[in-house]
Amino acid sequence: MATRPPRLERYVPYILIAPSLAYLLFFIGYPLAQALYLAFTEHGAFSLKNIDYLLHSPFSKFTEALVNTSLLVAIIIPIQVAIALGLAMLFNIKFPGRNAALYLVILPLTISDVAAGLIWYSMLSTNGFLNKLLLNTGLIKSPIYFFGYQYRHMEFLAIVLTEIWRATALVFVIVFAGLQMISREHIEAAEVFGANVWQRLRYIVFPMLKPSLQAALIIRTLFAFQVFGVVWVLAGRDIPVLAGEAYYEQVELKHTGVAAIYALIIAAISISIGYLYIKLFRAKYLEEAG
Amino acid sequence: MVSSNIVKYYTRRIIIAGLVILAVSWIIVPFIISMLYAFTNPDDYYNPNIIIPLRYTYEHIQMLIALDVSKAILNSIIVAIMTIAISFALGLPAGYAFAKYMFPGRDALRLLIIGLRMFPIMVIAIPLVTLYMKLGLDDTLLGVALAHTAMALPFVIIITSSIFAGVPKELEEAALVFGLDRKRVFLRITMPLALPGLAAAAIFTFIMSWNEVFIASVLTLTNRTLPAFILTSAMAATDFIKFAAGFIMILPAMIFVFIARRYLITMWGITLR
Amino acid sequence: MVDVHLRGIVKRFGKTVAVNGIELDVNDGEFIVLLGPSGCGKTTTLRIIAGLEKPDEGRVLFGNKDVTYLPPKDRNVSMVFQSYAIWPHMKVYDNIAFPLKIRKVPRDKIDRRVKWAAELLQISDLLDRYPHQLSGGQRQRVAVARAIVVEPDVLLMDEPLSNLDALLRVKMRSELKKLQRRIKVTTIYVTHDQVEAMTMGDRIAVMNKGRIQQVGTPREIYLKPANIFVAGFVGTPQMNFFEAKVVIRDNEVVLTSRDYEIPLGSEYIDELKSYNGKEVIVGIRPEHIYPEELTPPTVRRKAVIEGTVDFVEALGSDTIVHVNTGSKILVVKISGSHHYNIGSNIRIVLDLDRIHVFDEENEKSILRR
Repeated sequence: MATRPPRLERYVPYILIAPSLAYLLFFIGYPLAQALYLAFTEHGAFSLKNIDYLLHSPFSKFTEALVNTSLLVAIIIPIQVAIALGLAMLFNIKFPGRNAALYLVILPLTISDVAAGLIWYSMLSTNGFLNKLLLNTGLIKSPIYFFGYQYRHMEFLAIVLTEIWRATALVFVIVFAGLQMISREHIEAAEVFGANVWQRLRYIVFPMLKPSLQAALIIRTLFAFQVFGVVWVLAGRDIPVLAGEAYYEQVELKHTGVAAIYALIIAAISISIGYLYIKLFRAKYLEEAG
Repeated sequence: MVSSNIVKYYTRRIIIAGLVILAVSWIIVPFIISMLYAFTNPDDYYNPNIIIPLRYTYEHIQMLIALDVSKAILNSIIVAIMTIAISFALGLPAGYAFAKYMFPGRDALRLLIIGLRMFPIMVIAIPLVTLYMKLGLDDTLLGVALAHTAMALPFVIIITSSIFAGVPKELEEAALVFGLDRKRVFLRITMPLALPGLAAAAIFTFIMSWNEVFIASVLTLTNRTLPAFILTSAMAATDFIKFAAGFIMILPAMIFVFIARRYLITMWGITLR
Repeated sequence: MVDVHLRGIVKRFGKTVAVNGIELDVNDGEFIVLLGPSGCGKTTTLRIIAGLEKPDEGRVLFGNKDVTYLPPKDRNVSMVFQSYAIWPHMKVYDNIAFPLKIRKVPRDKIDRRVKWAAELLQISDLLDRYPHQLSGGQRQRVAVARAIVVEPDVLLMDEPLSNLDALLRVKMRSELKKLQRRIKVTTIYVTHDQVEAMTMGDRIAVMNKGRIQQVGTPREIYLKPANIFVAGFVGTPQMNFFEAKVVIRDNEVVLTSRDYEIPLGSEYIDELKSYNGKEVIVGIRPEHIYPEELTPPTVRRKAVIEGTVDFVEALGSDTIVHVNTGSKILVVKISGSHHYNIGSNIRIVLDLDRIHVFDEENEKSILRR
C-alpha cells in the first residue's frame, strides 16, 4: 500500500472545504456583484435611474416600505426579547413535563412564515377563532376587522401579533441555551453570599446572558428586516415592506434594477445592524467592568 | 414557620404551572384552530354561534388538489431532496474537515461561512434571475435547489462539523491502531456513529427548503413549489382554500420534527450561535 | 463565630435517603471535617447547613438560633464551592467584594477588607484580573478570599482542593489550616480524602450511607475506630481484617483463625466473655505488623505468625509486603527500604496493643481502650 507523502496530508482539510467555499462565494459573491450592476446600470452604462424611480416615482412605495419595516422591527423585537427572557427563565425550572412543553413551544420555528400567516388568518379573520370567541362571550358586539385595505392599522397589528407568535421561539432558543450554560453553582454562590432573587438576576444572570442576548438580537433583527411572507399573506401590498416591494418590483413589474436596489438596501441595513450591535454590546461590557 | 413555607411552596408551584400552561396554549391553540378550520364544514364556519366546528369535511383539501396543489407539493419535495443531496455532498466533507483537522485559518474560515449565512436571501435571489435566464435555469426546480443549497450549506457545514466532533476521537484512534486506514475508519466507525445526527440534519434541511418562500417565488413561474404556489394561487381563493393550504404546509414539518425532536434544540442552539 | 448544632437531620431525594438522621455539635472556632466516600451524604449535609437545601426532618441551630428554614443569605455563612463558582464576568476584586457590596458596606471599608483578604491569600497582585486569566490554584484562592471577606459565623468548604494537582493540594492544605487558625472562624470542611481530614481537622466526623459513623479527633479516629467502616476508611494501606473465633480457656482469650492462633491473655476477658465460641472480625493496621527481626522494642505484647512473601511494593520511604499466611494475605508496612524475595518464608509480629476486634454482625468495635 503506497503511503501518501506527508506534504499532501497537510492540504486535505483545504481540499475538503474548497468545493463548499467556492460554491458559497459564487452564489453569494456573484449575485452581490450582479445586484450592484443591475441597480446602477441602464443599458450597460452607469445610471441612477433606478434610484430616481425609487425616490420619486408615484408608483414607488419606497418610503412607506422603509418606514413600515423599521416600525415593525422597532415594535416587535423588544416585545419578543422580553417574552423570550421570561420564557427562558420559566423553562429553566425543572417542572414535570418540561421537555414536552419545550418541544411544543418551539413548534413555530418549524413552519414557514407563509404558513404562520395562514394560521393567524384563521385566528383573526371575520369568522375566525378570536372573533367568534369574543362575540360568543359577549365581550364585543360585532366582529373586529383585521384585514382589508381600509383596516390597514389592524392589518399592522395582525402582522405584529403573528410575527411575535412566530419568531419569539428564535430568541428563546438562543437565550435558553445561554441560560442553561450558567452553572447552578454560580447562582448558588450569589445566594450564599447574600443576594436576593433580583440581585442574583441583576448581578449574575443578566451579565452572563449578554453574549447570548447579543447573538439572539443580531440574528432576530437581521431576519426581521427581511420580513415578507407574513406581511404578504395577511396584508398583501396594503402594508409595503422592503422585501415585499423587492418581490413585487421583480415579479410583477419586472423592474429588476429596482428590485436589486431594494435587496441591496436590505443587505446594507443588515450589515450596519450587525456592526452596531457588536459595538454596542462590547462597549457596555467594558464600561461595566471598569 | 413551617406552615407558611408550605403555603409559599404550593403557591409557587401553582404560579409556575399557570405560566407554563399559558405559554404552551398561546403557541399551540393557533395550530389546533387552523388545523380544525382546514376541515371545517362551511356552515359551521360561517355560523357565528359555533366557535369550534362540529362537523368536518374533506372538501377543502379536495378543492386544493383540484387547483393542482399536488404538483406543487411534488415540486417542493423534489427541490428539498435535491437541496439535501447537493448541500450534503458539498457540506459533509467540509464539516468533517472542520471537526477532525487542525489547520491554519480554521477559525477564520468558520467565521466566514457563518457570516455568509447572514446575507439576506433577497440580495441573492434577485440577481440570480438574470443569471439563470442566461443559463437556462430559470423556472426550473434545479435552479431553486441550487439557490436553496447556497442557503443551507453553512448550516449543513456547521451542524455536520459538530456531529462529527461528537464522535469520540478515541474510537477512531483505536480503529486506526488496529489496522484500518483513514478512509475505512470514516466509513465503518465515524459515519455509523454520526448517522442519527446526520439524519436529523437532513430532516432540518428538508424543512428549510420546504418552507422557503422568497427564492422559490422569485425564481419560478410554472414549476412552483408549495409556498410559492400558496403565495400566488391560494391567496386569491376562498378562506377554506387558505386554511387547507396552511394545513398542508405545516403537516410534514410537524411530523418530521416530531421524529427528530431530540436534536431540535441542540441543533438550533448551535446554528444560531 | 458561632457553634453549630445539627439535630435529627433527614433528607430524601425521591426514594433515596441521602441523609439519615445526623446529630452533630460543632464548637465555636473549631475546624471539623465531614469525611466519607461519595454518596455518603456529606455534601448534602453541608448544603443543608448553608441553606441551599431544606431538610425533610430535623433542625439546624447556629448558637441558640434555629436557622433550619432561613434562606442562605440570612445565615451569615460563607462557602467555598468545589468548582469555586467565581463569576467570570467580574474582576477578582469585584468577586471578593461582592458579599460586602450586597450588604451595602461603605466603599472604603470594602476596599480595606478586600485588600486584607487578598493579602492573606497572597493574591494582592491579581485583583485587577478576570477569572479566565487565572490558574486553577489562583481561582481557588479567590474563592477562599471571597468567603472570608465578610466575617461569617460559619465557613463551609465543599472539597475545595479536589480540583488541584497533587503538589498544590499539599501546599494549600497547610495554608488553609493556618488561615483558619488565624481568623478563628467555625469551619466545616467536606472531603473524601482521608489524608486531608487527618491533617486539617480538629475533629473528624466520618460518614457513610447518610449517617455519622464516628466523631473524634484524628488520633481517636485512627487509634480507636468505632466500627469496621471507620477502621477501614482511614489509614493507608487499609487495615487488615480477618475472621477468627473467640476461645476462652483458663481465663485467657485466644483468637483462633484458620491459619494461626493469637493469644490475648486475660486483659480483655470482660469485653470478650460474651463472645466465647463466636466468630469475630479482627483488625490490625499494616504499620502495626513487623517482620520479626525488625520489631521495635516498644512493642510489649506480641503474636508471631509464619507466612510466605507474596508481593512486595517498594515505595522508597516505606516497603509494603504482602504476606500469605495460608488462607489470607496480611499487608505489612515497614518503614524504610528493605528487600524481600517473593516466595521466601517470613515471620511477622503483630503488636497486640494495636489490635482491634469487631462484632461480626453490627461491625462495631468490641474492645474499648
